[in-house]
Amino acid sequence: MIWNSLRLYFRYAGISFRSQMEYRASFLIRSLAQFTVTGVEFLGLVALFQRFGHIDGWTLPQVGLFYGMVSVAFATAEAIPRGFDVFPNLIKSGDFDRILIRPRSPALQILGQEFQLMRVGRFVQGMLILLWSASRLGIDWTLSSITLVVLAILGGVCLFSGLFVFGAALCFWTIESIEIVNCLTYGGVETAQFPLSIYRPWFRSFFTFVVPLATINYFPAQAILNPDGASSGYLIAWLSPLAGLAFLLVCLQFWRIGVRHYTSTGS
Amino acid sequence: MNAYLSILVSRFQILLQYRAAAAAGVVTQVFWGVVRAMIFDAFYRSSAGPQPLTHDQAIAYIWLGQAMLLLTLLSVDADVAAMIRNGSVAYEMTRPLDLYSLWFVRALSGRAAPLLMRSIPIFGIAGIFFGLTAPASLNAGGLFLLSALIGLLTAAALIALLTISLLWTVSGEGVSRLAPGAIFVFSGIIVPLPLLPGWVQRIAEVLPFRGLIDTPFRIYLGDLHGAKAVTAILLQLAWLGALIVWGKVALARGVRRLVVQGG
Amino acid sequence: MDQIIVENLTKTFRVVRRKPGLRGSLQALVKREYQEVRALDRVSFSIAAGELVGYIGPNGAGKSTTVKVLSGILVPDSGNVSVIGKIPWRDRVEYVRRIGVVFGQRTQLWWDLPVLESFDLLRDIYSVPESRYRPIRDTLIKKLDLGSFLHVTVRQLSLGQRMRCEIAASLLHEPELLFLDEPTIGLDAVSKIVVREFIADLNRDRGVTVILTTHDMDDIEALCRRVMVIGDGRILSDGTLGELRASVTRERWLTVDLEESVPITPVSDPDARLIRQEGRRFCLAFDPQQISAAELIARIVRGWPVHDLFVENPPIESIIARLYSKQGTP
Repeated sequence: MIWNSLRLYFRYAGISFRSQMEYRASFLIRSLAQFTVTGVEFLGLVALFQRFGHIDGWTLPQVGLFYGMVSVAFATAEAIPRGFDVFPNLIKSGDFDRILIRPRSPALQILGQEFQLMRVGRFVQGMLILLWSASRLGIDWTLSSITLVVLAILGGVCLFSGLFVFGAALCFWTIESIEIVNCLTYGGVETAQFPLSIYRPWFRSFFTFVVPLATINYFPAQAILNPDGASSGYLIAWLSPLAGLAFLLVCLQFWRIGVRHYTSTGS
Repeated sequence: MNAYLSILVSRFQILLQYRAAAAAGVVTQVFWGVVRAMIFDAFYRSSAGPQPLTHDQAIAYIWLGQAMLLLTLLSVDADVAAMIRNGSVAYEMTRPLDLYSLWFVRALSGRAAPLLMRSIPIFGIAGIFFGLTAPASLNAGGLFLLSALIGLLTAAALIALLTISLLWTVSGEGVSRLAPGAIFVFSGIIVPLPLLPGWVQRIAEVLPFRGLIDTPFRIYLGDLHGAKAVTAILLQLAWLGALIVWGKVALARGVRRLVVQGG
Repeated sequence: MDQIIVENLTKTFRVVRRKPGLRGSLQALVKREYQEVRALDRVSFSIAAGELVGYIGPNGAGKSTTVKVLSGILVPDSGNVSVIGKIPWRDRVEYVRRIGVVFGQRTQLWWDLPVLESFDLLRDIYSVPESRYRPIRDTLIKKLDLGSFLHVTVRQLSLGQRMRCEIAASLLHEPELLFLDEPTIGLDAVSKIVVREFIADLNRDRGVTVILTTHDMDDIEALCRRVMVIGDGRILSDGTLGELRASVTRERWLTVDLEESVPITPVSDPDARLIRQEGRRFCLAFDPQQISAAELIARIVRGWPVHDLFVENPPIESIIARLYSKQGTP
């Protein structure tokens, strides 16, 4: 059953891919634009480091690690569950009924609506920063630390996807309220680009316990940067990706509640 | 002249209705301001040396930036873009209106209404809760408003130019999507201009983008005062004039091209 | 056992009422005022497998609400619904596999894909085995004459072409039951006939139950032996077209065309009521129990220079309109 759904998803993705590649010039320009806009953002960061030297003790390569991880995670989340991001349009046009009429989970269908290729711009930017920082950090990269980074990024993809699903689910009740979610996604990316320790305590707590942004990069990266630190640090680091996954599952549950609400009140 | 004024006013009124979107935008931008302020707090904590902007000035710059953010988010006029894409822009040329002025006025009202609806609340919130200081002096305040107004007009002229570039299809799409990146850097919205390396600032000096927010902000903070402030404002005006002239010329060329190609 | 059983189906919507103006929106922020709209009021009917039923009513009468409940995408407030032995909304994903729906106004095909690819994608969504899919697809393509534009993107199809594709798409998974919502709207005359014939064949030869909601009375007259009329959330009539007519009125209409060369004098008769006059054409309504058609014709021909005439039943629209007014519906 899951295999069946996966196959269907890949079919959807293939279709989306092909239709975007038809407008090849436009795709290239958009990707390049994304790359430059995000790139320019990082260059601003570099300039500030040149001026101030460090931020609360963190050096540029260290911050680069955080920055790269969250950028790659977010770029992937912008590309894959894009359907949820544009969900308000679907509800407004009344096309959600068409989705309910089909014998597949609505979430899967919406997931398959679009795979936004141009996000590769931010993805490449994130990867470059990640790789550059990794090489400048002067630490020994073992298989386990690399695996941790990959898992942490996947956890981040789950977390951001969860936020998009949550934002889409809110549309079942009211069309206006997705701005809050924008704060958490785009604002969240900006926040997590820096180590969480530089922020005020209440801010840190919110992004550790309520929307566990800290699990995307802060805990995992800490374990990597301080290999001699407490073992509890290691435990938290390796559990972090699960937090992202758990968050996504909670948001999907909320989504199901939203679908139930929609079918009992009509549009 | 009356026709353009009435178009401006009517569009402005229509856009004022998007209150919910504006309120939502305020929430997001206050969040961003809080985050960036904390980031800069941390940076300033980390280095005791003197900086071109004091900590308080930098924080004020950031909050001003959130209030006036829309002056830097320059995107192409969507309706006009659609018209150009499907060719109906040809009909626009049959109307008894100067096309450039029409597009300029559209861009102006398109920025002015949302800007006003967001900047006033953000000014208030930042002033009360987040330490946005008052202008350096009464003079500074007045000149700031003047400079910001010119910045708004400059934004409109830039939007008009970006829209006009679409008349050259593919390359136009390239320009309109890649220009925002440059605008972000050289306006000072990502990192306050005074804090950027010297060579970047020198490039910014020969570009119009700092007139969008950096010039008004520096006047507000007292960084530019007296004769320097006046010179800066005159420079803004000069750029505004140049952009308008460039826009009109480009539009004439682009339209001719369209007509020659058969739309 | 009937295929579709509906008992006392009730559904009420709460619609937010907002007073106009600034005051209204401020008020709305503080206190929400709701208006209750009873879309379905104890609706009951049953449909046997293989029937072809017309479901008509004015806009807002409850047609689409009924269809939404029957297709499982809307949960009613009360009442029992059983379709092919299941409760539609309860096991929606299972249930929906066995029905087909065509929304007249909206498409279920993918705008940017060629028709054939849309079909293939639907095959995957409905998990139809390839061995069954091929023959069904090819039969549908042949019967609906889709061959010439299979590789054209849906966006570029004409309305008639698209509608035929929609119908084919809804049948790829061999549903037992088909809901058709306004399938002939906006179609040219030829396409309408093709679609109608196809639906009739589908119902007759393959036994697919069809529920047809439409405003087009020609569709109804051509296809449906049984017609249900819904108004204001209630079933006003359920039976054959003849029964429907008879329940409202026994009236028949006589249309008379006067000779060209003669000045027009109004045609009238004490036992007939003038409905309409257009130039030389007069349309009179009469009750066959008061005066027979033959008698009335004889009288008219005696008194006026008649060029041509014909007798018909009142158009269904007028029947329906009168049905509503009889029931006291506004």
